[in-house]
Amino acid sequence: MNLRARFAQAAPAVDSCTLRLVDERSELLAVRNDVVEPTQERIDLGAMITVLHQGGMGYAATSDLSVSGLRAAADRAADWARRTAASGVFDHRLAPRATGRGEHRAPVQRPWEGVSLADKLDLLRAEVADMAGPDRADDRVVERTASLLRVRHHSELYSTDGGELVQELDLLAPDAQVIVHAGGVTQRRGTGSRGLSRQGGLEVLDQVGFRGLGTRLHDEAIQLLSAPDCPSGPMDLLLAPDQMMLQIHESIGHPLELDRILGDERNYAGTSFVTLDMFGRYQYGSELLDVTFDPGVPGELAAYAFDDEGAPARREWLIKGGLLLRPLGGGTSQARAGLPGVSNARACSWNRPPIDRMANLNVEPGPHSLEQLVAMVERGVFMETNASWSIDDSRNKFQFGCEWARLIVDGQLGPVVRNPNYRGISATFWRSLAGVGDRSTMQVMGTPYCGKGEPNQVIRVGHASPACLFRGVDVFGGHS
Amino acid sequence: MPASPAHARFLDLAQHVDRCLQPGEDHTLWLQGEESDFVRFNRGRVRQPGTVRQDELTVRLIQGQRHASVDLTLSGEPVEDRDRVEAAVLRLRARLGELPEDPHLLWATEGASFTRIADGAPPDGREIADLVLQEAARDGGVDLVGILVSGGMHTGFASSRGQRCWDQRHSWLLDWSLVHQGDKAVKSTVGGTDWQPELLRARMDQARATLPVLARPARRLQPGAYRAWLSPAALAEVMDLLSWGAFSHRSQEARNTPLLRLLTGEASLDPRLTLVEDVGQGLAPPFTADGFTRPAQVPLIDAGLLVGSLVSPRSSKEYGRPQNGAAADESPTSLSMAPGSLPDADVLRALGTGLYISNLWYLNYSDRAAGRMTGMTRFATTWVEDGEVVAPTEVMRFDETIFHLLGEGLVAIGAEATLLPGTSTYERRATTSARLPGVLVEGMRFTL
Repeated sequence: MNLRARFAQAAPAVDSCTLRLVDERSELLAVRNDVVEPTQERIDLGAMITVLHQGGMGYAATSDLSVSGLRAAADRAADWARRTAASGVFDHRLAPRATGRGEHRAPVQRPWEGVSLADKLDLLRAEVADMAGPDRADDRVVERTASLLRVRHHSELYSTDGGELVQELDLLAPDAQVIVHAGGVTQRRGTGSRGLSRQGGLEVLDQVGFRGLGTRLHDEAIQLLSAPDCPSGPMDLLLAPDQMMLQIHESIGHPLELDRILGDERNYAGTSFVTLDMFGRYQYGSELLDVTFDPGVPGELAAYAFDDEGAPARREWLIKGGLLLRPLGGGTSQARAGLPGVSNARACSWNRPPIDRMANLNVEPGPHSLEQLVAMVERGVFMETNASWSIDDSRNKFQFGCEWARLIVDGQLGPVVRNPNYRGISATFWRSLAGVGDRSTMQVMGTPYCGKGEPNQVIRVGHASPACLFRGVDVFGGHS
Repeated sequence: MPASPAHARFLDLAQHVDRCLQPGEDHTLWLQGEESDFVRFNRGRVRQPGTVRQDELTVRLIQGQRHASVDLTLSGEPVEDRDRVEAAVLRLRARLGELPEDPHLLWATEGASFTRIADGAPPDGREIADLVLQEAARDGGVDLVGILVSGGMHTGFASSRGQRCWDQRHSWLLDWSLVHQGDKAVKSTVGGTDWQPELLRARMDQARATLPVLARPARRLQPGAYRAWLSPAALAEVMDLLSWGAFSHRSQEARNTPLLRLLTGEASLDPRLTLVEDVGQGLAPPFTADGFTRPAQVPLIDAGLLVGSLVSPRSSKEYGRPQNGAAADESPTSLSMAPGSLPDADVLRALGTGLYISNLWYLNYSDRAAGRMTGMTRFATTWVEDGEVVAPTEVMRFDETIFHLLGEGLVAIGAEATLLPGTSTYERRATTSARLPGVLVEGMRFTL
C-alpha cells in the first residue's frame, strides 16, 4: 500500500488533515590535513501530520509510516487541535488549505553517484594539498580542510483537501578553509559557512570555481598574516556578494519575516524593527535598492515549486526603488496579518512544523561594473567573505566581520588589510546604498545554516547579489 | 534485562547487528531518541502545539583502521528496523573497500556497560500547557511568548565487543518571556524532571513582579565603558561563544582558539576563575558515541590558568593526548564555573551605578585570535544608580575581550552558581547544561 493510501486510511474525521513526508539522503565527505575524515551518510525519513479542526491546529511527527503509526500521529494531532481550538492565537478556519497538485524535480547535470567515492576524495585531497603552499610544506599553515556535503531531498504532501505534491531537490554544499599562524598572528581564509552551496549535482563545483580554490586560499591567507589591520573610521564600503549574502540575510531577510513581526519569535530569534503599517510606505533603502523573493532562480539553494503548506511559489518584489512592499510571510501568516506575502512556509524536516523562512532572497543587479564601483570611492574598503555576524533582536544594530579586505584609495584598489569589521543600523544602512553592481559582479550564494523557530530549525537559504557600495560606514579593524 | 520498551528494541537491534558481522568486523551503535511535546505560545495563547517521536541510530562498521557510518531514522517497528540496519551494514561493507585506513580512528574496544533509567513517568505536556495558559490569563492577562518542551529522551551505545550503555530520562522545560512592549521583556526558564505546578507558578510570579520596571521610560546609553553585572544567563552566552573552539584541543593545536593569547602567555585571566567540564553534575549521558565513559570532571581553567582541554578520540590519536570523553566537536556539554563571594542579595549594592545585564544575545568574535567578542544586551537589562534599579535600557552592543571580562575587568564573582539547562532543540532536545554564577565587571565597553 502506498503512502497516499495509508494516509487515506489514517486520516481522522476532522476539518482538514495534511501529511508531509520527507525522505532526505545526505552524505558528507571531508579531508583535513591530507587525512580523509570519517564519512557521514544520513537517511532521514518520517512524516508530519497536521490537523486543522474547529479553529484549532495540532501536529504530530512520526517515523512510523505504517497505517497504525500514521493513525496514532493523526489522533495525537487531532487531540492537540481540539484542546487548543479555544486558546489559539489564530482561528485556523481562516488558514489556507493545500489543494494543489503537481510535481517538481530540480535539474541535475552531473549526478553525485556518477563519480566514484575515490575520485571525489581525490578532488578534496588535491585542494587540501594545494592549501599547503607551492612546495606543499609551508610551516605557517596549521590546518587545511575541504569537504562536500551532498543532499537529495524528496518530499510528498497529501491533504484531505485534495492536495498532492511531490518535490525532489538535489544540492551540493562545497566548503574549504585554511588556517595559518605565524608571529603570534592567526588568520583564516575560506568559503564562509558553506556559502557556495547550490542546487544541482557535481556541476556546481565548476559553477563556483571549486577546483583550484586551495591555491588561492593559501595565497590569500599568507598575505593576511603580514597585512596591517583594517583602518578605523567612517568610510565607503564596497561589499562582495559573499558578504552581501550575510548583509541581506540578517538586515533584510529576518526583519521582513512576518512571523517575527507578528511576535512569534520574540522569545528566541527576536522581533523586528519593521511593523505591519510600514508595507507600501516605508523607504527601506536608497532608490537603488531592489529586492526580490525568487524561488525560481535555477540552481539557487532554496529554489522550489511549492512551500511546505502546499502554496505554489513565485517571484515577488519585496523592495522596489527602496520602497518596502511586501513581507516574507507564508499563507498562515498572511491570513493572520491581513497582508499579501510570499510562499515561504517552510520546515527544515518532517519533525518540525512550517514557519516563515526567507528562502531565495536576492538583490537585483544595477548598472555598474566592479571597476566602476571602485572608481566611485575616494577612501574606503572592499570586503569579501563573511567571518563574523551579530545583530540585535529587532534586526537593527549589527556588526559584521570579513576574512579579506583591500583598501580603496582615489578610485583604485590598494593593499590588503586584515580583520576588517563594520557596524551599522539596518534602518539607516540601506539608505546609504550608493552603487549597485551589474550582472558581471553578481554571484549566486547560499548557506544551509539559518537558525530560527521554537522548536529550533536550521534551514537552507539562497542569496544572489551583485557587489554593492555604501557610503560613510563605521569601519574598524582588529585589536585587543 | 531491558528496562523499557525502547531499551528492549535497542538491545534487539544491537544483537541483530552482531549477527550481521563477518570475521574481522566490528560495529558501534549510537541511538538518540525522544518523544517530545512542543507547545509554542504567543500573546498568552497557543501558536503551534505538537508532538515529535523520533529515533536516530548511527551504525558504524569497522574493519581494522577502516570505518564508515550511516545515521538512520528508525521506525520503531522491530522487523522494519532490523531490515534497515541490515541493509545499512551491507552498504557500509561495500563502502569500506573504497576508503583508506584512518590513522585517527579510536573507539572503546573495552568500554564499560552502563544503564540509567529515570524514575516515574514523563510529564504530560498537555497538562503543563493548560497551566501556562491559565497563568498567562490571570489578573487581566500578560503577553507571554515562548515554548514548552516536555517528554522522554533516551541515548544508547552498543558495540560488537558486548558493551551496552543506556540512559533514559524525562523532563519538562518552559522557556518563555513576558513582554511589556516591543523588545522590553522578562526572559525566564523553569523546568525539572518531574512536573511541579507550584514551581511554574512561583517563577511566573517572579517574572510578573519585574514587569513594572520595564514600563518606565527606557534609558538610551551613549557608547562608552560601563560597570556591569552579567547575570548567570548573560554569562552563559559568553560561555556559549567560548565553547566554539576555546576549549577544543584541536583548536588549540591549530592556534585557532579565542584563548590563543592565554595559551601563549600574552594575556591572563583572573586567578579567581575556575572552569570545569563537569559531566558529573550535568544532564548529559556519561558515555560517548565512541563508547568511552566520560570522566566526572575535566579541569579546563584553574586559578585563571589554562590547565586542560577537551580531547576527542580523533585528537587523541592525532596529537598523542589521552581522550577525555569529548565528542568530535570538542565543545563542553556541562560547563561549570566556581562561584565567588558576592551574594545575590548584595549584587545591586556592589554594582552601584551601571548596567544590570539579564541577558546577552547573538555573540560573535570581532577578533577571534585576540579573544575579542561582540554581542547585544537583551530583555530586562536595566540601568542601576546607587544600587537601585532606575530604568530599562535600549539595547546596546558591547565589544570586549574575554581577557577584560574575566581578567583585568573582573570585580567580583557571584556566590551562587545557577544550573542552566540547555534550551536548544535543533534536530532534537539538548542534553547540555551549564552551572554558572554572575560576574561584576568594571569598564565593559559598549560601541553602538
